Amino acid sequence: MKFFGFVIVCLTGGLLLYGTMDLPDWGDPGSPASTHLSDYYIEHIVEETQVPNLVTAVLADYRGYDTMFETAVVFCAGLACFLLLRDFRPGKDRYFRHVPTGVMLHFKNPDTRLVAGNEFEHMDKEWVPSDMIIKTVCRILIPFIQIYALYVVAHGDFSPGGGFQGGVIFGSSLILMAISYNLKTLVKRVTEKFLSIFAAAGVLIYVGIGVAAMLMGGHFLDYGMLAPLLPSDPGHIRALGMLGVEIGVGIAVMAVMVIIYINIVSEGRHDEGL
Amino acid sequence: MLWPIDLIVLTFVIFCAIAAITVRDLLGTAILFSAYSFLMCLLWAVMGAVDVAFTEASVGAGVSTVFFVAAVFRTSRRTKD
Repeated sequence: MKFFGFVIVCLTGGLLLYGTMDLPDWGDPGSPASTHLSDYYIEHIVEETQVPNLVTAVLADYRGYDTMFETAVVFCAGLACFLLLRDFRPGKDRYFRHVPTGVMLHFKNPDTRLVAGNEFEHMDKEWVPSDMIIKTVCRILIPFIQIYALYVVAHGDFSPGGGFQGGVIFGSSLILMAISYNLKTLVKRVTEKFLSIFAAAGVLIYVGIGVAAMLMGGHFLDYGMLAPLLPSDPGHIRALGMLGVEIGVGIAVMAVMVIIYINIVSEGRHDEGL
Repeated sequence: MLWPIDLIVLTFVIFCAIAAITVRDLLGTAILFSAYSFLMCLLWAVMGAVDVAFTEASVGAGVSTVFFVAAVFRTSRRTKD
């Protein structure tokens, strides 16, 4: 079996290498990218869109239709993770700690109920005393990470970054909260309903901007047609449209990253994890 | 351009890639993948593709490592083959 795997890998790799022979050489002056495509972008992007970061302009405007489906793919990844892993059955073993005395209670029957309140505290199976240094540092750090994520999304037009990167950074700040405290802290603050709505809303914002451009009489995702709707000078309207799209991408990616993390780490039960 | 840096980083990339498929500890593999992604991020930055480097650093070296560690936490740490 191992031998067959090796043969298949070699065959696929060989075919891929054979396929790359058709691509133009590295830095070939006769390739389409060098003859007219790159020149067009470099010469026209700033005057057409008023966006200094050419990568964002190509990604969100000239190739906006492509990026829309990238966002849809990220959304589908979150959906697949939810459908495969989510487990609504209550966990069999549950642990509680009596706070004043520190006595641990272990429930094996899923039907016995104990309300976690002031007296009793819900514990994880692999519970270890949380370190004060880690908790404090993370509590101070998380807001700064989130502000930085918003900066990355908002400045995607001017500097490296954009919706994908900003969304991932925001999502990882929430994951950091789950790691430094425990998963219940995250699930209590950022509920599943909230995440699901945000993941869908991000894609909806992207498609909605495209449809709005269509309703205004232009092509799908033709941001220039949104000029009468937004109080801005018509030159910057494409930059504003791109910002709206980036915000949609950021929201979707942030929610999907947290959904994937929670479902993997708790085996879909959303109760305890890393 | 900066060919000594390129050469050193590329050597480390190949080293990390080979180590990631030979090491039997899956947690170690996750960390090696993270190092691989970070070195690739350095390569993108040297080549001037800052946007790609940013994505590689946040997605490849950041979040995907957390997903790998979470998956190892819920499955087994040793690989069979």
